[in-house]
Amino acid sequence: MSAIVKPMITLKEICTEAETIRLTNQNSLGDKIVSDIYVNAEIIASLAVTRKISEKPSLDSRLDDILTSRLFGFPIMLLLLSTVFWLTITGANIPSEMIGNALFAFQDQLVLWFNLAGAPDWLTGVLVLGMYRSLAWVVAVMLPPMAIFFPLFTLLEDLGYLPRIAFNLDNMFKKCQACGKQILTMCMGFGCNAAGIVACRIIDSPRERLIAVLTNNFVPCNGRFPTLIAIATIFMGGIVASEYQTAIASLVITILVMLGIAITFAVSWALSHTILKGETSSLVLELPPYRKPQIGAIIYRSIIDRTIFVLKRAMIMAAPAGAITWILANVYIGELSMIAHLAAWLQPLGYAIGLDGFILLAFILGLPANEIVVPILLMSYLSSGQILEVDSLNQLREILISQGWTWLTAVCTLLFCLLHWPCTTTLLSAYKETGSKKWTLLTFLIPTVIGFAVCFTVAQSARLLGLV
Amino acid sequence: MDKLSIEEHRRMLREHFGITTTPGQFTVALAGNPNVGKSTVFNALTGLHQHTGNWPGKTVDNAQGSFTYLDSSFLMVDLPGTYSILAHTVEEQVARDFICFGKPDATLVVLDATCLERNLNLALQVMEITPKVIVCVNLMDEAVKKNITINITALQKELGVPVIPTAARNGIGLGDLRHALYEMSIGLALTNPRQIRYSSEVETAIQELAPKISRCIGHTLSPRWVALRLLDGDQAFIDSITHYLDLENTLQELAV
Repeated sequence: MSAIVKPMITLKEICTEAETIRLTNQNSLGDKIVSDIYVNAEIIASLAVTRKISEKPSLDSRLDDILTSRLFGFPIMLLLLSTVFWLTITGANIPSEMIGNALFAFQDQLVLWFNLAGAPDWLTGVLVLGMYRSLAWVVAVMLPPMAIFFPLFTLLEDLGYLPRIAFNLDNMFKKCQACGKQILTMCMGFGCNAAGIVACRIIDSPRERLIAVLTNNFVPCNGRFPTLIAIATIFMGGIVASEYQTAIASLVITILVMLGIAITFAVSWALSHTILKGETSSLVLELPPYRKPQIGAIIYRSIIDRTIFVLKRAMIMAAPAGAITWILANVYIGELSMIAHLAAWLQPLGYAIGLDGFILLAFILGLPANEIVVPILLMSYLSSGQILEVDSLNQLREILISQGWTWLTAVCTLLFCLLHWPCTTTLLSAYKETGSKKWTLLTFLIPTVIGFAVCFTVAQSARLLGLV
Repeated sequence: MDKLSIEEHRRMLREHFGITTTPGQFTVALAGNPNVGKSTVFNALTGLHQHTGNWPGKTVDNAQGSFTYLDSSFLMVDLPGTYSILAHTVEEQVARDFICFGKPDATLVVLDATCLERNLNLALQVMEITPKVIVCVNLMDEAVKKNITINITALQKELGVPVIPTAARNGIGLGDLRHALYEMSIGLALTNPRQIRYSSEVETAIQELAPKISRCIGHTLSPRWVALRLLDGDQAFIDSITHYLDLENTLQELAV
């Protein structure tokens, strides 16, 4: 009985026939099939479900009416975002200073012990002034803001607000012919761009996934947030009376984030109209019910999964980078240290885009991790022999001003921090996800070119108009 | 000739879906829309006997868990949460290929009682592929809160497959669910799954194609359903079907 009967008709022929039927129906059978399924489901449901209509719409739908309305959706989003930043900046100031004081006091102690043990100067330099000091900086500057920002962000996530953001922005992504889910990968990017790029897997269409990968870096990751927060607080906040300082700083950061998002849209639009042309795929976006947040889970997820994880990675990167910077700053060729030589060489380019050679060098040396840009910058500024203790933001301000910083330097540093090359981890993730050197190179080039262009325009126009 | 032997089935599962069953173990596929408590059902039934990985060659998560009921062992495969299995996304394709070619002994479709109408789409689509379907109406407690009453008897009569109401979070209905899976797997449950009635032009086209399809591929797959996929112009499905049928033929030739 188990003889295999040769089919009289092959699958291929049937496919051709099906194709003919499909085309004679103007390709509409697929849509018909879907709508027929719905009709059948509707009939069955109507026979089995009775729904007592309550007079009042549920709390969820009333909330959704407000949070996703055309009128209030965006303002509420902005308000929540700036509140989160404001809380982060206000809350982080004092613990930052305390941790800074403690860690730098310990540094003096370490130097003392090294001297007692008869360690040579270069060893003390590399280990304490190089490695330990950058570690101390990373911890003091990054830990408090992260420990506040991440729980707040996770709280929004847990409440069910993030899908509403996606809903609000979906239309704009459609207009850029990108996928609405891209906003979720951007949200991940706030935590870490490398994680954001891995999250792009949730986008099904390869074209839209590439757009999301290429633009993820325009969302400032939390390695860049401390830099943004520190510079915004001391410079932008510094122009006004101290009671408005944090408010102005949060506003500046919110504007920067908005700028990042605007550039994301612009670049997505440009990509989908040039090298990544194609149809926009549709998606079903379900708004899950608002949930009571689980405080324990929020704290665990944000502190263990995010804060500690990111901090650990930053420290692993910062220690060797600190040592290398110290060596560069203390090995002299002729009159100047190596770092001064490099900075002098970069000075014309740095000046043209509103920075200086040291800042540009710090961004370049910060390629392994954005967290260490400020520590590297300070170390190279301070390398000229006089060792200053930097244990408060005010002292940081003094140092920067003594190095010739103006408001324009601050603005351009902020802009360049938002718009420059991704860190190596992010590039590596992009390479793994796209599997192509070409797209990885573009992930590097697009933000870099935009960063140089924007900073150049801002710096040159400010100078032409005589504002500096 | 239509049926694969048990050994061939195990080999198919291992080689194509990365699923290893113990001899005599039943496979159960778990399907459902996102956010219907599918994972809660999965965890409640399998407890800590779980194992996660990826579907072979896909970046889609695959969780498997096992449980024992009345001396029978079951391997439950948690399919990705999807709104349909018309295969517009990788997740949908993974879910559909497993239900269709993995030939599980039972497919459990979890529905959300608070929006049954939308959820029924998936159940109807699964019922087009296989008659071994059990429908689980979950979140019954939520439905009560929202003043929604569901007539389970009427639903079962309409669908023609067993319907089990549950509130998996509170552990309600899980015993019935296990029993239904057991009866379905050992072949005790008789089903008559309701078939979707399509508009006339679609039905005419099906009549045209279905007989030819059944002559070509036999009854391993529902000819009606294959016809629908071809009419939908689903290239991914044509690739899948060629791939899997080739494999079945080789397995059968080996067996002869």
